[in-house]
Amino acid sequence: MGAFLANYEEVTAIILFVIGMGNLLLQPNLIKKIIGLDVMDAAVYLFLAAKGYIAGRAAPIVVDGILDAEHYINPVPAGLVLTGIVVSVSVSALMMALTICLYREYHTLNLDEIMMKLRKEED
Amino acid sequence: MITLRVVLLAFLIICAIAVSFSKDLLVSVVIYTAFGLIMSICWLLLQSPDLAITEAAVGAGVTGILFFVTLKKIHSIHTTAEEEKEDE
Amino acid sequence: MSRPNPNYENSFWDHFSKWLKGEYDPFKGRLETKTADEAVSGDEKVRDVDLRLADIGKYHVDMYEEGINRYVGRYRKLYRFLSVFIVLFFIGLLLWTVSALPGYGNPHEPENNIVAERYIEKGLKETGAVNIVTGMILDYRAFDTFGESCVLFAASCCVLFLLRVDKDDDPHSAAVEEMNDRHYEPRNDAILQKAANFLVPLIIIFGIYVVLNGHLSPGGGFSGGAIIGSGLILYLTAYGFEKTQRFMNEKVVKALTVCALLFYCFAKSYSFYTGANHLESFISTGTPGDILSAGLIVYLNICVGIVVACTMYSFYTLFRKGGI
Repeated sequence: MGAFLANYEEVTAIILFVIGMGNLLLQPNLIKKIIGLDVMDAAVYLFLAAKGYIAGRAAPIVVDGILDAEHYINPVPAGLVLTGIVVSVSVSALMMALTICLYREYHTLNLDEIMMKLRKEED
Repeated sequence: MITLRVVLLAFLIICAIAVSFSKDLLVSVVIYTAFGLIMSICWLLLQSPDLAITEAAVGAGVTGILFFVTLKKIHSIHTTAEEEKEDE
Repeated sequence: MSRPNPNYENSFWDHFSKWLKGEYDPFKGRLETKTADEAVSGDEKVRDVDLRLADIGKYHVDMYEEGINRYVGRYRKLYRFLSVFIVLFFIGLLLWTVSALPGYGNPHEPENNIVAERYIEKGLKETGAVNIVTGMILDYRAFDTFGESCVLFAASCCVLFLLRVDKDDDPHSAAVEEMNDRHYEPRNDAILQKAANFLVPLIIIFGIYVVLNGHLSPGGGFSGGAIIGSGLILYLTAYGFEKTQRFMNEKVVKALTVCALLFYCFAKSYSFYTGANHLESFISTGTPGDILSAGLIVYLNICVGIVVACTMYSFYTLFRKGGI
């Protein structure tokens, strides 16, 4: 129990991850699914950045020529997340483009209805 | 400081749940934009200003705009012109 | 002790159990966009109704009526039950994992190891970047960032494939797109234009500042590029496509992106000729704190910024009217 009280960020990240996954599994609406995936992305980034944080230390920007590792937080997760955020935008833009294509074809956003129409077309 | 952290994280969870349960796509996109802004303050508290700037520009700005344009393309936003036409 | 709740019919658990059984859908009929017929009837002159769409109303399927399609109903019930089960399982598993993690902000976590220490202690001397994160992603791991810029380029190409409307091949649908766009766009909105007059220069200058100071202060190519891109998008929204196409048409965007990627590629491939040891290069790192220091990092930041700005701008224009 103590670990939960000490790790707010991590617990939040996990709850967000699970909310996003629930969105992906249970929402029939495609836009909601995309938002759910974005929330999952954000949860993973939050977890990484929280693991890189060290209490009482500063951001990894050298000030006054102090080059001691004891003064700065871990820069590795920040670099990983920085690249991830921009890629997640392009991923969601791609998914939105696919959604627009699906809407033009089937005139609905409900995935179940789209699957139904697909099956009828195949018959 | 710890209060601020807890409040921000609680806002994050509330925003995520509200996104899932809102009945209007426009509302959920607006809430998602708010989610991005809160996230960028969280990065600032985690001593990662690089991430905060990127998230504020990308997560709250560009993603929101792209979502709005998508909603416009799928006729989910009613513009004033349309409403006037419907009223006539 | 427990009195039966008189309002059980409308209570949360009743809705929940009904939803599990598939009898009740909180989103049905409220979240959907307009059906095809409604959507089309509003602007019939604008768009041609595909004949196939006449059947849509018939298709508007009896998905929700379980009696007709018992297998679908049973499958949906099972699917929902399994989904809830998986979600609960995952939350339990992950929380159990978190309970074994070291505490928040602990300096002795396993990931705060010798790698991070080396980046911090040698980073300034080897790369010349004051911002250690920038020095890391654009010098030590520059190839990774190159791959990521290529991912952005590939994503914008894919969106181009999906949403492009060719004016020469298909003049009809291009005209439809343009009419739709005009239909939705507030033309010459005075408030928007005044605000854009004031804000766009500020936003773009701030973006350029963030890009150029990427190695000295928080920021860098990714964030600065996104800021410049949103400034361009604001200008486009306020003044329409005629104004922006004078300086940001398809050729310019293509040339800028490809040139930036090629420059990045050539600038970083010198490490192949130095035996994959690009830390000791002949380019001096300069005085830490100057704008023109840190070797190649400034130029690489500019390249990344150009790629990101062009990608964001082209996403927006492609979504708006199917062409850059």
